[in-house]
Amino acid sequence: MKRQSNEAFFWMLFSAGGVVAALLIPGHLFLFGVAFPLGWIQPPTYEHLLALVRLPVTRIYLFVLCSLPLFHWAHRFRYTLYDGLQVKHLNEVIFSLCYGGAVVGTVVAGYLLWNIA
Amino acid sequence: MSAVNRETIKTTAVYTEFHPRWYRERVSVYWWLGQWQYLKFILRELSSVPVAIFVVITLFQLRALLSGPAAYARFEHWLRTPGAIVLNVISFFFVLLHTITWFNLAPRAIAIRMRGKRLPDLLVAAPNYALWLVVSVVVAWFILR
Amino acid sequence: MADKIILEITRYSPEQDVEPRFESYEVPVYKEWVVLDALNYIKDKVDGSLTYRWSCRMGICGSCGMMVNGEPKLTCATFLSAYARNGNKVRVEPLRYFPVVRDLVTELSDFLVKLRNVKPWLIRKDEPPLSQGEFLQTPEQLDRYKQFSMCINCTLCYAACPVVGLDPVFVGPAAIALAQRYNMDSRDQGADERMAVLAHPEGIWGCTFVGECTRVCPKHVDPAGAIQQYKLMAVLDWVKSFIMPRGHTSKDVRSEPRND
Repeated sequence: MKRQSNEAFFWMLFSAGGVVAALLIPGHLFLFGVAFPLGWIQPPTYEHLLALVRLPVTRIYLFVLCSLPLFHWAHRFRYTLYDGLQVKHLNEVIFSLCYGGAVVGTVVAGYLLWNIA
Repeated sequence: MSAVNRETIKTTAVYTEFHPRWYRERVSVYWWLGQWQYLKFILRELSSVPVAIFVVITLFQLRALLSGPAAYARFEHWLRTPGAIVLNVISFFFVLLHTITWFNLAPRAIAIRMRGKRLPDLLVAAPNYALWLVVSVVVAWFILR
Repeated sequence: MADKIILEITRYSPEQDVEPRFESYEVPVYKEWVVLDALNYIKDKVDGSLTYRWSCRMGICGSCGMMVNGEPKLTCATFLSAYARNGNKVRVEPLRYFPVVRDLVTELSDFLVKLRNVKPWLIRKDEPPLSQGEFLQTPEQLDRYKQFSMCINCTLCYAACPVVGLDPVFVGPAAIALAQRYNMDSRDQGADERMAVLAHPEGIWGCTFVGECTRVCPKHVDPAGAIQQYKLMAVLDWVKSFIMPRGHTSKDVRSEPRND
């Protein structure tokens, strides 16, 4: 008989995703979302980025960067909906949408990173 | 037997306890607006949404990379539109909020003991910030090289 | 001489009222008076029907918890002069998120049931014979759980925690902190029994680390920290239950009792 619910697993994903998001996303978002578009820093060329992404280590890095934060979002947003909007009675729907979304994003990331020539 | 049982029932005092009508207040849907600390908490939790938005934008970026230089140029052009810049600047502040609250709260979850005494929170948070700085510099170096 | 301050106090009489109302009382302010003194003054001299709990008046029994200007406080530890200085009125209400029995008295049985469910006592799987003597504990072993043992069950943390209000089955900060107090005690062997109770959505997983419980705790127990540490323990336990599904013993490496 299971001693405890599987909620521990989702919390683990949330924590891992939180660490990845905290360490990596500010830098990426600052560069690609703010500094390059506003012209503060010269953006890298298409060729340079493509060469970088082609490396296996970069693909793994980007996969982790795209996948774990989505699971972090899924768990946190689920509880924000429970507490913020008091919709805990819809928990099956919310659970499916949140984790389903994270799984979809993970699959898309895996597909894209696998297929970058 | 039944005669004995009837005797037992008769001698047992039966009364209804007085139960005052309790007042239960329904928690409002706007509970999080009632206190500054609650609002700060909800903002912190909502920081997960810009995190997810960043991932979605990154996926579009990867798709553009996959599709060729013209597609990537169109993606970069989209990033320069005012709407995208506003979105990303706001997201950046929320992502920063996530990072800072995450590192500040992490020491409470991990009780590291050395020589019997628990390490002070600052000593557990500081290496996280240092790691963040190092990782950001390394990643930036690879991107900008 | 003494100033005056106005106290707005919740009154609720189940026989007469459908919902609580406020009544204002004017109370003198003395430098050393706390809100509890004001309440006692009102009950003695103004309105004897005012109903509230109090006992030790020195912050150790945990009876006098109430909302003072929207903050959960021990009224025996909240000085009137702080509010008088700002010219504020003092609003005294019963602790939030509990049913109100009358005036400022809350119904605590829900909390007490949750507390009992986490088994806040030393659980032993084996009882060493008396001849072995008492359990000995080093200062380091004591330090691991001492902070959590300071809880006086005042339920201020329950009044501060929004999840307690939103989710009636959430077991709550004090209960988890006390469970952790025993889990971390080197004499205890009941961690897995408590894990079975707590590691469920109604237990620790309802907590979203708002942190208000720690902020309002008058004894600096840090229940939020206890809960997050417990979550980590639960994750380790969950992982272990997959690696060793059947041979999973309850012996925790952390809490080896030593009877030297």
